[in-house]
Amino acid sequence: MMTTRLPNTEPVGGEVLSGRAIVKSYENSPALRGASISAARGDVLAITGPSGSGKSTLLLCLAGILAPDAGEIRFAGRRIDTESEAARSALRRREFGVLFQFGQVVPELTAQENVALPLLLSGVRRRPAMTAARSWLDRFGVAQLADQRPPQMSGGQAQRVALARALVTEPQVLFADEPTGALDTLAGEQVLDQLTRVAREAGTTVLLVTHDAKVAAYADREIVLRDGMIEGADLGAAGSVGAAGSVDAVMSVGQHRIHR
Amino acid sequence: MSAGHALLGLLAEGERHGYDLRRQYLRRFPSAKPLAAAQIYATLDRLLRDGLVVAGATERVGGPDRTVFAVTGPGRAELDRWLSEVEMPSEYVVNLLSMKVTLALLVADQRAAADFLRRQREAHLARMREHTRVKSDPDTDLLRVIAADYAINHLDADLRWIETTLQRVTELAEEIRP
Repeated sequence: MMTTRLPNTEPVGGEVLSGRAIVKSYENSPALRGASISAARGDVLAITGPSGSGKSTLLLCLAGILAPDAGEIRFAGRRIDTESEAARSALRRREFGVLFQFGQVVPELTAQENVALPLLLSGVRRRPAMTAARSWLDRFGVAQLADQRPPQMSGGQAQRVALARALVTEPQVLFADEPTGALDTLAGEQVLDQLTRVAREAGTTVLLVTHDAKVAAYADREIVLRDGMIEGADLGAAGSVGAAGSVDAVMSVGQHRIHR
Repeated sequence: MSAGHALLGLLAEGERHGYDLRRQYLRRFPSAKPLAAAQIYATLDRLLRDGLVVAGATERVGGPDRTVFAVTGPGRAELDRWLSEVEMPSEYVVNLLSMKVTLALLVADQRAAADFLRRQREAHLARMREHTRVKSDPDTDLLRVIAADYAINHLDADLRWIETTLQRVTELAEEIRP
């Protein structure tokens, strides 16, 4: 396995990623109202909650894809929400992997080219990129698909290719938003089994957004969002009081983490 | 669940003595509550009395005497009848969780009911994680995987109920104590 991590990106005090009192609105409609969250290295954390609770927005903010209106986001101790789009984009390429419900694989490329793509975009040469892609396809049991294009694959196969692509750069954090939402039960379980197993082996932090308890059960712990706030934070309180409560709630959940 | 039918089924596979039946029961039904030895012998007595099994030779292998039991023709017929019989979904589902929510709203308030539901959800999810871990272990055999699946899906049904009830708790409080 290749490692390109810099010493200054090592987690501070075990914490890899945190969001504090994040506020985000879409056209005056609040999606997040002071949500706080903290994830340590190797944490497999489910973010759940009903539709419209803000869980996908929280994920996009933490991944540096959306800029929050207020609050702060730190990755490995470094504040990232105030950085330029170019800096955040470079960070995403190097340290983050993302997996959505569907549609991330490029239909015109083969499975192997799809998986090699993030490496090629980071300047890795074609031959080592293709070799690495092949070994990641192998890890997810889809090496036989290397020369096939996504339209020829089943949903589960395409999603495993997308997973290999999300992890080929060996990111520190994997962001997954309903990664099995479009798959049947058994195909979904295979993807979740492999996702969590490989992440745990590699010590990758996983943030898994889902509304499905059966998917959340693959994680080590769960954070529940309701109306843009972390549930368990001071009930009925909004704004700064709620935000402070949220941090405590997250911390106490973390202490009760179930050991593997 | 009928312990008698479970034992008939295990004996239909081949004759066994009581101790062996108990071991086989654990192996074949990993998610069932284990049967106590006394329960196994009481059940075998009843099956003997009804002519569904017969007692055969008594083995002695360095320990106590062990009587071997085998299924009779009527026993096999009863087993086949039971296996093909559809289990009726129960009419009255005793829902302790629902009772607690109602009583919490009656004697305390909405906050107490919601707090109970949230803590119950944590407990359910913790149990679901345990089953999921067993299921995801590559060394787990399929028999245990399907047993875990059964438990996970039942917990999931409760969790969905907990979630919708949490969303309705304000409305429910108004209905119970207008």
